[in-house]
Amino acid sequence: MKKVIMGNHAISYGATLSRVQVIAAYPITPQTQVVELLSEIVADQKLKAEFIKVESEHSAMAACIGASSAGARAFTATSAQGLALMHELLHWAAGARLPIVMADINRAMAPPWTIWTDQNDSLSQRDTGWMQFYCQSNQEVLDSVIMAYKVAEKVLMPVMIVLDAFSLSHTYETVDVPDQALVDKYLPPLDYKYRLDVNDPHTYGGLTTPDWYMEFRIKMHEAMDQALVEIKKDAAEFEKVFGRRYDPVEPYMVDDADIVLVTSGTAASTARFAVDQMRKKGKKVGNLRMRLLRPFPFADVREHLKNAKKVVVIDRDISYGYHGIWAQEVKSALYGHSKVPVFNYIAGLGGRDIFPETIMNIVADVKKMKRPEQDLYWVEVKK
Amino acid sequence: MKPTLPLDELMSPGHLACQGCGAGIAMRTSLKALGHDTMFTFPACCWTVIDGPFPYSCLEVPLLHMAFEATAATAAGIKAAMRALGKDKTTICGWAGDGGTFDIGLQALSGAAERNDDIFYFCYDNEAYMNTGIQRSGATPWGAWTTTTPVKHFKKEVKKSLDDIVAAHKVPYQATASIAYPEDLYKKLIKAKEIRGFKFIHILAPCPPGWKARPEDTVKLARLAVQTGIFPIFEVEAGKYAQTVKTPTRKPVLEYLKLQGRFKHLKEEDVAEIQRIVDMRYAELEKRFQG
Repeated sequence: MKKVIMGNHAISYGATLSRVQVIAAYPITPQTQVVELLSEIVADQKLKAEFIKVESEHSAMAACIGASSAGARAFTATSAQGLALMHELLHWAAGARLPIVMADINRAMAPPWTIWTDQNDSLSQRDTGWMQFYCQSNQEVLDSVIMAYKVAEKVLMPVMIVLDAFSLSHTYETVDVPDQALVDKYLPPLDYKYRLDVNDPHTYGGLTTPDWYMEFRIKMHEAMDQALVEIKKDAAEFEKVFGRRYDPVEPYMVDDADIVLVTSGTAASTARFAVDQMRKKGKKVGNLRMRLLRPFPFADVREHLKNAKKVVVIDRDISYGYHGIWAQEVKSALYGHSKVPVFNYIAGLGGRDIFPETIMNIVADVKKMKRPEQDLYWVEVKK
Repeated sequence: MKPTLPLDELMSPGHLACQGCGAGIAMRTSLKALGHDTMFTFPACCWTVIDGPFPYSCLEVPLLHMAFEATAATAAGIKAAMRALGKDKTTICGWAGDGGTFDIGLQALSGAAERNDDIFYFCYDNEAYMNTGIQRSGATPWGAWTTTTPVKHFKKEVKKSLDDIVAAHKVPYQATASIAYPEDLYKKLIKAKEIRGFKFIHILAPCPPGWKARPEDTVKLARLAVQTGIFPIFEVEAGKYAQTVKTPTRKPVLEYLKLQGRFKHLKEEDVAEIQRIVDMRYAELEKRFQG
């Protein structure tokens, strides 16, 4: 059924259709509508789930870890400071190999206080062992929640669904809300093999000496590699059931492009619009949208950037004293495989708009240079 | 002779507790009442080690190790899952030390108590961060030496009244208990198992290495803590206090203090100060015991 809904409600419907069994969440702007709608759905008994209204994000993730360990499908959602407060337990959820799914609405980190978008909150969690799916539409948000459980439960690693504050979370779009029967066919009930069970008691997460710790870590890494294989396979399966396809990266007019922009989140759809405008003027520009941060799709990035003469990574984030985080990832994927120069532009921090003109100005700037003269360029900032 | 406790053991020998560990006795006794249909979550605490290194465990019930401050929320999550999965009968327990309860885990404990989550929260209280090597916690009593309250600057703050903090949440059941009175602990758990909602059990667990006491004095110290009024044994059910181990005449605190190296540095006036603190607290509780 088609509905006009906000990004946050797309998350709530995704969780409902996934028949999550335990929800634990704490309010934070701009995430609140996710849990408000879920509270209603659970209270109205349209979803048979336990909703724990915890006293902090740390406890939200703790409760999800407890619930998932006991074999229930667990869900939470947060933003920025809340995600940072969870940080310790993000490592825990991944290390415990729990298929928890969480939505993070990208909000810039304080101080100074802000509620608007950038990606530093989720990108800072890069090495916690969570898969991260960056979405660009409300449809993708809803679909991604369902897909996330599928892959998480297959490889036993958690997934974070990531979307921009306001430009997606509070923006209304037409979304095809799939039938429950279709989702049930695609996503079977969770049967978590390693659940706490009084009839087969085990201890999980106990003290582990240097003799064994590393082997646990190797298994996590292998699970992430497997996740990439599963995500690619699942793109076809999901398309077969729902008629929509999501690959690890989304190339747009890259094959003959001299300049390829690398973007993520809502900036990617703006970039595509800008590409269309520039193509009309005969400029050979393309866009590569990054959907996955982890597992990182090395091969896809190399493949789609192989013809580019210049690569331009637009980061809505910054690693202070380094450069943009996506640029770092893309450069590392290309190193030793390509000599293409990589330009890095930092734009849209703290919710500053990224307009089509912003992107066209970046391209004009890049055209003036053969190679980047600086490690990074700040876009539209006050002098 | 008829045994006063079940002979079944759900805790195996070969665990890694120190000699005379009060926390080990607390678990062994509690499990006799809780039985097989029980699950635990532990934060960082002595029991992280006591249970045994991977792949060993000395417990015959499922156990989820968890981060330091997360005990109550984790237990609440397990309980919610069990309810969602139609296995609501299983007893879900958080089992934490005093650091994980009085200090770093207090927020999650308060949250679960306020929500009246249907779980047991056990605090085995050895009155300092013993697992990290005897650092002071909010549960360390006035006068005690620890590695962060050295003899020259021994602890000058009184122990946090955690039982009062929990009581302020109006939970359906809470109790203090002692390893020196196992039948009392057993009876309390059997009763509390039938109560829906948040149950808080606070057990004093003497720690020979941390208290600088002889391992063979563990039970004696636990008993003296009760007999001196330092750790009164009571329960609170729906707001009503009842002293379950009566102490009509109390021994002087010195009898308890003098068996422990952590109080060795105290002068006569310091002992008098502890007696004063204990008398004050006891009088406060006595009023509640009398209703």
